[in-house]
Amino acid sequence: MRVTQGAFSFLPDLTDEQIHTQVQYCIDKGWAVSLEYTDDPHPRNTYWEMWGHPMFDNPDAAALLYELNECRKQFGHGYIRVVAFDSTSGWESVRLSFIVNRPSEEPGFRLSRQEVKGRSIQYTTTPYTTDQPEGQRYR
Amino acid sequence: MTTSTMPWESGGRPSDSTAVSTPAIQKLETATVTEIDLAQEFESSGVRGVLEELDRSLIGLKPVKNRIRETAALLLVERARKALGLAHETPTLHMSFTGNPGTGKTTVALKMANLLHRLGYVRKGHLVTVTRDDLVGQYIGHTAPKTKEVLKKAMGGVLFIDEAYYLYRPDNERDYGQEAIEILLQVMENNRDDLVVILAGYADRMDRFFESNPGFRSRIAHHIDFPDYTDDELLHIATTMLDAQNYRFTDTARTAMAEYIGLRRRQPHFANARSIRNAIDRMRLRQANRLFESAKGPLGVEALSTIEESDLRASRVFRGGLDIDIARDAGKQESQE
Repeated sequence: MRVTQGAFSFLPDLTDEQIHTQVQYCIDKGWAVSLEYTDDPHPRNTYWEMWGHPMFDNPDAAALLYELNECRKQFGHGYIRVVAFDSTSGWESVRLSFIVNRPSEEPGFRLSRQEVKGRSIQYTTTPYTTDQPEGQRYR
Repeated sequence: MTTSTMPWESGGRPSDSTAVSTPAIQKLETATVTEIDLAQEFESSGVRGVLEELDRSLIGLKPVKNRIRETAALLLVERARKALGLAHETPTLHMSFTGNPGTGKTTVALKMANLLHRLGYVRKGHLVTVTRDDLVGQYIGHTAPKTKEVLKKAMGGVLFIDEAYYLYRPDNERDYGQEAIEILLQVMENNRDDLVVILAGYADRMDRFFESNPGFRSRIAHHIDFPDYTDDELLHIATTMLDAQNYRFTDTARTAMAEYIGLRRRQPHFANARSIRNAIDRMRLRQANRLFESAKGPLGVEALSTIEESDLRASRVFRGGLDIDIARDAGKQESQE
């Protein structure tokens, strides 16, 4: 099951050239771009691991692609996303984020139903892969 | 309804429409790019503007200008080849600028960034100037991130490493400079499309640097040597500098300046255009002082912008240089005798 988080996730995976263009757009807007990675694709897992610092003063997207390739060498089997942070007063938040690397196989989520008082049901989703310990979830 | 071109009707005879339109389109596409007017490209890319500005704003430096012109021609031809679909390989543009102090290496690097940007060779055209301190860390594991940070900042533009020979310290084999050099070489090779690296330094030391790092010499295609300025060129530079600051020489002051340049060149620590700039700063100081002491009543534009002979003649250069140098030379002569 394809994980759809962030922008462009219903489109086919972006090529490096397309990533470059998107990132350049963010930089030209004055947003600080950075990379984050994880191997826990649960939708409520909002805080992914940071790869390096946010790039506040790199004028060209090639710098991010350089780091992306470095990150892929180490975490190419997991999820990597680009985060563009707008530091201007009043925004001070992420303006754009999209996945740039995903595992070759995405097993999806288990839906478990818990019957509670009064015949009502509570639902929980768990990624199948999180049964494995961290670091061994995707190969 | 026989001549209908309604979209819903074309579906009935798909073979007809595609058979007719496809070759026509192909022919059209190839027809548009069978020849390229280099002269027009030269104009429209703005390269002409940069080269002309280079000619105007830089005095002397003939070999440097020729080299830049050649590079510009190569890049234009390369671009034309690309447009025509010929095999093209992005040329390596890493450069090394060697020359004595004050010969305009940094100034040219700045113009180079602008030129490469107009040619579309670098995307942003900014210049990042660094020295050893910005690249080499202070403890183990500090150098790599520091160097990479600088390289990332320079991507899309030009990285100018001033006094690059300091990166390599042969006397200390644990020096972290070697690590910075390795990362530099790797990025220069793998990210050729992303950044241009320019190394600069004094000729003799750069030669030694390249000898001990053969990888660098082979990865740098363009070695440009900056010659010293002649006396006439320096005088020209002096007048241009004064002009830019809205000052001017009197005729006698100009003669004194020519004399000054000749004398200054023979004294130690001569740094070409930089020495001239410093001399001009001191002249302005003396001029201000003179005006302050001698002026009776209000001063006009004329008085405020004129450098007189006396402002120059007060210089120690006319007395044989700094007192400390004179003393040293005297000491030398004594010991020889």
